[in-house]
Amino acid sequence: MDLKTFKIGGVHPPENKLSAGLPIEAAELPKRAFIHLGQHLGAPAKPVVQKGDKVKVGTLIGTGEGFISASVHSSVSGTVFGIDDVVDASGYKRKAVIIDVAGDEWEPAIDRSPELKKEIALDQKAIVEKIKESGIVGLGGATFPAHVKYMVPEGKKVDTLLINAVECEPYLTSDHRVMLERADEVLVGTQILMKALGVGKAIVGIEANKPDAIELLSRKAKEYTGIAVQALKVQYPQGAEKQLIKACLNREVPSGKLPLDVGCVVNNVGTALAVYEAVQKNKPLFERVVTMTGRKLPKKANFLVRVGTPISQLITACGGIPEGTAKFINGGPMMGKAMVSPETPVTKGTSGVILVDESEAKRNAPGDCIRCAKCVSACPMGLEPYLIEKQAEYALWEEAEKEDAADCMECGCCQFTCPAARPLLDNVRLAKANVMRIRRERSKK
Amino acid sequence: MVDVILYPVIMLGAVAGISAILLFLTAKKFHVEEDPRIDTVAALLPGANCGGCGYPGCRGLAEAIVKAADKGDIGGLSCPPGGSAAMKAIGDALGMAVAESEPMVAVLRCNGTHEKAPRTLKYDGAPKCVIAHTVFVGEKGCPNGCLGIGDCVTVCAFGAMYMDDKTGLPVIDPAKCVACGACAKACPRRIIEMRPKGRKDRRVWVDCVNTEKGAAAMKYCKAACIGCGKCVKECPEKVQAITLANNLAYIDPKKCIACGKCIVVCPTKAIHATFEPPQPKPAAEAPKTAEAPKATPAA
Amino acid sequence: MSNYIVSLSPHAKGPLSTEKVMWAVVIALMPSFAFSAYFFGIRGIVVTLVATIACILTEFVIQKYLMKTTVTAFDGSAAITGILLAFNVPSSIPIWEVILGAVFAIAIGKMVFGGLGRNPFNPALLGRAFMLVSFPVDMTTWPIPVTTQWTWNMSKAIDGTTAATPLGYLKEGVKMGESVTNLVAASPERFDYFNLFIGNVGGCIGEVSAFAILLGGIYLLYKKIITWHIPVFYLGGLALITGVLWAMDPTKYADPLFHILAGGAMLGAWFMATDMVTSPMTVKGQIVFALCGGLLCGLIRIFGGYPEGCSYSILIMNAFVPLIDKYIKPTRFGKEVNYG
Repeated sequence: MDLKTFKIGGVHPPENKLSAGLPIEAAELPKRAFIHLGQHLGAPAKPVVQKGDKVKVGTLIGTGEGFISASVHSSVSGTVFGIDDVVDASGYKRKAVIIDVAGDEWEPAIDRSPELKKEIALDQKAIVEKIKESGIVGLGGATFPAHVKYMVPEGKKVDTLLINAVECEPYLTSDHRVMLERADEVLVGTQILMKALGVGKAIVGIEANKPDAIELLSRKAKEYTGIAVQALKVQYPQGAEKQLIKACLNREVPSGKLPLDVGCVVNNVGTALAVYEAVQKNKPLFERVVTMTGRKLPKKANFLVRVGTPISQLITACGGIPEGTAKFINGGPMMGKAMVSPETPVTKGTSGVILVDESEAKRNAPGDCIRCAKCVSACPMGLEPYLIEKQAEYALWEEAEKEDAADCMECGCCQFTCPAARPLLDNVRLAKANVMRIRRERSKK
Repeated sequence: MVDVILYPVIMLGAVAGISAILLFLTAKKFHVEEDPRIDTVAALLPGANCGGCGYPGCRGLAEAIVKAADKGDIGGLSCPPGGSAAMKAIGDALGMAVAESEPMVAVLRCNGTHEKAPRTLKYDGAPKCVIAHTVFVGEKGCPNGCLGIGDCVTVCAFGAMYMDDKTGLPVIDPAKCVACGACAKACPRRIIEMRPKGRKDRRVWVDCVNTEKGAAAMKYCKAACIGCGKCVKECPEKVQAITLANNLAYIDPKKCIACGKCIVVCPTKAIHATFEPPQPKPAAEAPKTAEAPKATPAA
Repeated sequence: MSNYIVSLSPHAKGPLSTEKVMWAVVIALMPSFAFSAYFFGIRGIVVTLVATIACILTEFVIQKYLMKTTVTAFDGSAAITGILLAFNVPSSIPIWEVILGAVFAIAIGKMVFGGLGRNPFNPALLGRAFMLVSFPVDMTTWPIPVTTQWTWNMSKAIDGTTAATPLGYLKEGVKMGESVTNLVAASPERFDYFNLFIGNVGGCIGEVSAFAILLGGIYLLYKKIITWHIPVFYLGGLALITGVLWAMDPTKYADPLFHILAGGAMLGAWFMATDMVTSPMTVKGQIVFALCGGLLCGLIRIFGGYPEGCSYSILIMNAFVPLIDKYIKPTRFGKEVNYG
């Protein structure tokens, strides 16, 4: 098999795909759902329901305002208990719609029949509008509002759609299961996205550690025009947009530019499924597949979860918090966020929850930099993390800008590979934030 | 024997001579004319290069002062550690009038000690408040409170701060604090406020910056200002120094007369002072003049 | 409620640690140690152990009582310095001189700059340079391997068992105006590739056996502690300069293979030039560093005053590392874009 990959940097963390063989199962409905209004990058949605309102599954509860924003829909049926501050994964309070669940009544407009609908009735503009209405965001974890990518500005030409099915993060298997169980829907979703962009070519990039998905999608893709499956060598962070484009098409997105600038749009495979459901079945985004995993977790699972379900409920369904759990990771171990409490609700960006014990969770005590240069060779952006870390230590933001600190995509390769266990990425992030700040201040002047 | 000694001497001498001429020429060519007043002013500044003035070091401020002096007014510039004394000396040197400024001091506005706000989480990362702040609410769960890592202590150039391991909070030594404001700038949560030293060193302040609702705040911190408004009512009518906004009381140091009445009524003991508060007896007792270090860790 | 840990990503950690890296290097030095024990007997073992212990102790004392910081003396880096220092001296060296060299290497070569990761020069080489200028005779008296095996009495009294190293012999001979061809004919065992490869020649404790060094080097490559760039380009640079000269006049200059196998080139290329702390951070920088180091080594050997130039070539290049790091940057992603 011809395996492609990106050229600079990268690491290969232990894969630990413990839940790869477990089929997707629907999680129990919560008693009370906490649906955050800001589940995406950009401005939070504005609530359109009030306390006491009756909502059904799929009812719009928040509208996205501004260019980069997304709508939020109810994932359950019941009564709105209120709109209040609810703790998110970082422990800060954010506005959320709290719904007391009663029954499971869906909006009648949603087509709940299981049959595959291949014909795409909507035209280009209507598809993008539908994606926007349905509140679809990138389900890979970045939660970038999906419709924005499909509003190609004048003068930009797109020739290829990339479907990101890499799932290079260890532990996570939600995309893998989606591909195996919803292959046709994913492919029709891809066709819809191709139509939305007006391109004739789509590539599904899958890492070689999912041979079953590669085999299945390659076989099925023959029934669809213009879709090719590309097997990729297992290497983290292949699922990063720029690295995936480099791997599949050997195009390099210039520093500070978007995939659009090299004629590509990248979308997660889960997003393709959501697009299929939105466009063909009129179903807004209110549920997603969440991998529940962890070495000591009694039962691993790939749950189809309604957004707003407390994560603690999912953990209970998996046999409860195992003894010695020290950290809850929302997302993958390389880029996910540690949660302050398992009580936080599932959002559109929750691709998985990993429970890790102290030995795995705790960082090693940082030592002095031994200049081993492993961070430099691991950085997929060709940066020098050791240098940027030092600059952050002395608050040399101008110098950090010259070292392209703003190009960092926070993949974590540097810190992962550092033998001295230095908090490289922590400091690079700090430098990046400050470089962004001085750039903003400069543009204001 | 002569040539062994003589030749090296001549050669080295020649090298030294040529180098000296070259150095002289370069120095002449690249000589930068500098205002001699800058040196004068810089000599009058403390030389700590704390950055409290907002300029890169004392020399940066000196340059700015001389520049401003040429325009005829150095009023907007000040040296926080040097205080009015330094500015007066500079003003005399430059022949300009300088307005007196009130002496200030840094005040920590969080009392979430280990005891009052127990740690429920553990931060594991680069030991910097600015980073921890972006990660999560903090080990105590308070979104506004002190993160306890001590960016403020690190930036203090005057050794006026240290971390108290017993409380988990930084401590400011008002005797050493020169009010440069570096700690206030370093704190990502803006907990440290620069307040006037007050008459006879008497200061009263709300030892909390939490803006969450009282019940929510009390869940993680027993010392939080719950925004009950009792202090606002207690503040003498003529004074009205206390305002309530976002569930948080704030004492305006310009209006406060440091009577200490608000301290006793606060249900969570969130108001602190540098003196012993008066007893809650009806008769208006004259507040004791002696300073009591008990009321605050800062005193 | 148990205190859950909160931290920024990544939550996974890599398999390496500073200790693992350092001890892997120590393990990689073990084949050479075994060969040195075979060739130089107990004395070789004793010198190595003494240097190692002296280095670790010096670092411990400085960290504990002078710097009053966390003691990391046992993380293996001091042990590496000690072993490498011992490998760079003749086995007949007096013990007190080794101890002095070790103390110098750690105290002046490393701790003065702030400890691990902050020293600009390779401490072991600095220690060797110090010993070479302080004890020039002891540092250039070479016992003959194997014949002197398992003898305690290795003082200068037994002059009969010492002889010049191949490089020293070559240098002296060329200085006398002798042609290389004649020199080889006069002492063929010194120029025998197999002897050089195995280590059956006079020289420093650890540098004689190219084979043992190669074993260690391959182990380091396998463990991904070092990359191939520095050793290959260092030896390449050495082969280039000596090869060019040899091609011009084989009677005047020795061949490149001899230069690679003789003296400390192999040890330098695999263990000293690759020292993480004192080598550049980028692959491009490492190539420049190693290539220049190799060229310098050849130049010193052929035109310089010393028969061996390996340690000085590396020390000189160490001084250039900050400059190399400043100007040679890794290829940034998306900076040199060829797609319009």
